[in-house]
Amino acid sequence: MAATAPTAPPLTWSRRHLTGIEPLSAEEARLLLAKARGYHEVSTRRAVPLCKDLHGKVVVNLFYEDSTRTRASFRLAASRLSADVLDMSASGSSVSKGETLIDTARNIEAMGVDTIVCRHSQSGAAQQLAEHVACAVVNAGDGQHEHPTQALLDAFTIAQRLDRLDTFDLTGLRVAIVGDIAHSRVARSNLHLLTKLGAGVVLVGPPTLVPGALARLPGVDVTVAHDLDAVLPEVDVINMLRVQFERIAGPAFPSQREYTALYGLTARRMQRARPGLVVMHPGPMNRGLEIESAVADGPNAVILQQVANGLAIRMAALALVTQP
Amino acid sequence: MATLILTGGRVIDPQNGIDQTTDLVLEDGKVRALGTVSRPDGPTIDASGCIVAPGLIDVHVHLREPGQEDKETIATGAAAAVAGGFTSVCCMPNTVPAIDDDSMVEYIYKQAAKAGLANVYPVGAATKDRKGESLAEIGLMHRAGAVAFSDDGTPVGSARVMRDALSYIAMTGRVFMQHCEDPTLGGGAMNAGPLASKLGLAGWPSLAEELMIQRDIMIAESLGYQARWHAQHMTTAGGVALLREARQRYNAAVAAGSAPGDSYAQGIGRVTGEVSPHHLLLTEDACADYDTHAKMNPPLRTQRDINALLEGVADGTVSILATDHAPHTREEKEREFAVAPYGIIGLECALSLYIKALIEPSVIDWPRLIALMTCHGAQLCQLEGKGHLGVGADADVTIIDPAHAWTVDADQFAGKSRNCPFDGWPLTGRAIATVVGGEVKLALDPERVTGVPGVATLPEQLHPAFTL
Repeated sequence: MAATAPTAPPLTWSRRHLTGIEPLSAEEARLLLAKARGYHEVSTRRAVPLCKDLHGKVVVNLFYEDSTRTRASFRLAASRLSADVLDMSASGSSVSKGETLIDTARNIEAMGVDTIVCRHSQSGAAQQLAEHVACAVVNAGDGQHEHPTQALLDAFTIAQRLDRLDTFDLTGLRVAIVGDIAHSRVARSNLHLLTKLGAGVVLVGPPTLVPGALARLPGVDVTVAHDLDAVLPEVDVINMLRVQFERIAGPAFPSQREYTALYGLTARRMQRARPGLVVMHPGPMNRGLEIESAVADGPNAVILQQVANGLAIRMAALALVTQP
Repeated sequence: MATLILTGGRVIDPQNGIDQTTDLVLEDGKVRALGTVSRPDGPTIDASGCIVAPGLIDVHVHLREPGQEDKETIATGAAAAVAGGFTSVCCMPNTVPAIDDDSMVEYIYKQAAKAGLANVYPVGAATKDRKGESLAEIGLMHRAGAVAFSDDGTPVGSARVMRDALSYIAMTGRVFMQHCEDPTLGGGAMNAGPLASKLGLAGWPSLAEELMIQRDIMIAESLGYQARWHAQHMTTAGGVALLREARQRYNAAVAAGSAPGDSYAQGIGRVTGEVSPHHLLLTEDACADYDTHAKMNPPLRTQRDINALLEGVADGTVSILATDHAPHTREEKEREFAVAPYGIIGLECALSLYIKALIEPSVIDWPRLIALMTCHGAQLCQLEGKGHLGVGADADVTIIDPAHAWTVDADQFAGKSRNCPFDGWPLTGRAIATVVGGEVKLALDPERVTGVPGVATLPEQLHPAFTL
């Protein structure tokens, strides 16, 4: 896989779209992360210096799925870059007759839009969109496929916490992603990005929620485990995914009680962890199910930093894909 | 009615063991004679350099009428058949409403007669409204001319209903065709595996096909092979292995006198299977860019499965080649992958694709390919007078130019839909003339035709006389 080959960093960003992490090279990912590092100050400072990088540009948030934090984050990111932002909600998918996703996008594009940020319940929606419009497309989550900006902000947060912001080189780190991997776009994007940046990934959860097939992907350093207690002492970072009840079709696990007992990150279980374990969660949390409040609000948690860093990541993504 | 002589072609008639270069004389809609005609006069087609085969038969197509005429009609589907060299097709009952009673069977025949292009034979549903719950009017449909029974598109999920359907169909002598997909395991958007996991698409595992094949084989065996059972569009290495073993057991049972033999000289047996062109040429990798033209049911599998299918075709485990021609509108195929409909069209490039998959790499020879596309299908669906060129057979003939080089252009197709993943593929070998009931329906090279006025020379000229 070209992605992990050590090649010279690209001088400039050449991609029209950000549909996923998988197609990116490690250098492209680092370019975006470095760009976010540059925006970090702008994104967090209260007295905002005027940043006009996207002045006169139009960014549309096209959300087919409910979202609070991602949507707000993209909106704020675009505003901080002085772009005009249009928020659009569409319900359901084109399966219920009516206008197709592609038609909707073409219509929006006809209004003179530079970048569409798309969230959709169907895997591949962002890519299909990108193939049919001339403007840039940023994937804000497509079904169970990818959520690239989430993975980027997660990597940024890890680098920040572990003092690797200068290189974004995560070599030597082991990261556990725990929970409903099967239905998680966050897990897929994280898997691609973390391994591209040099980290090893272990996917943890019951066999019904962790597809063994992901461990057979070529060129990706990933293992699968089912015993969280055995994994916990071995890892530097743990990313606790939200259990997505709405996406689980069959009897994937017996009860919430059993899930929490086996895979919940409790204060008691944290005693097995390394002292500096970085605890992450993409939100929204099911407190008491996959993560206990004492841990979520404890010193190891970087959950709110993740949200904060999301702004800089999305500013960088928008700035890179939007044509000057 | 006029005489038509096809001169100087390589006549391949597998059922009658014929493979020789000679002339074929058609008269009054029947095969009149085979042999050199000293001074041909009247209407002729110069078949020199070409193969003269019995009219190709496709036992598995979806013509969408009634109910979904925006995708295809019986008339446009029959035009697509003729354009691809097929003279007879068997249409599946997943129409709206389903073909599940005798009036529906009669309707299909009526519409096909109006179109006047290819022979169209209805396959009746095995269960009412294809719901898999209670038996459809199998006896009445048989009487009205249904040539087979199937709930294709969905399997008969209940083992009990399946056993009852198979034993009931046995009394008609017709074949049951199973869409082999365990309903509790199937239904995903693509083949289960690393690629589906990566793309975030629900997987449809090989196991779902294999379980259904194994279950049905056991039911068929428990009924003493009284009914014919046929696996549609097989895709898995495991399924081919199961079918191979089942056919061996069936043959042993016939030899031991404990199962009915096939009544045909070159019988295909009572436990059979088919494969479709896309499953021989494309792998799941075609789904990697969320191209909905790669979304099929059953799904595209892996190279290992393709190899097993090719082996099954080569060793006789697979008896039939069938397209599963499944037209869908552009709008439907432009939907998101997971919600776009399954299937692709097949009739107009199937022959060329089989040549690419089977003849070019020498998996099988021409007589065997012709058998898989003609007499075997006629035997499966008991189409009297079809599938061979013996004297008195129906004058359905396909002339194939094995050297004809062309590039697939779906926009030039006679059928209504354009959902073809092979669009733009360069292919070699094609049906250049299609004769149905002694009438030349299409001849791509007008210079080969003498004394037959007004013949269509392009697929688009097959514009049906009657469309909805």
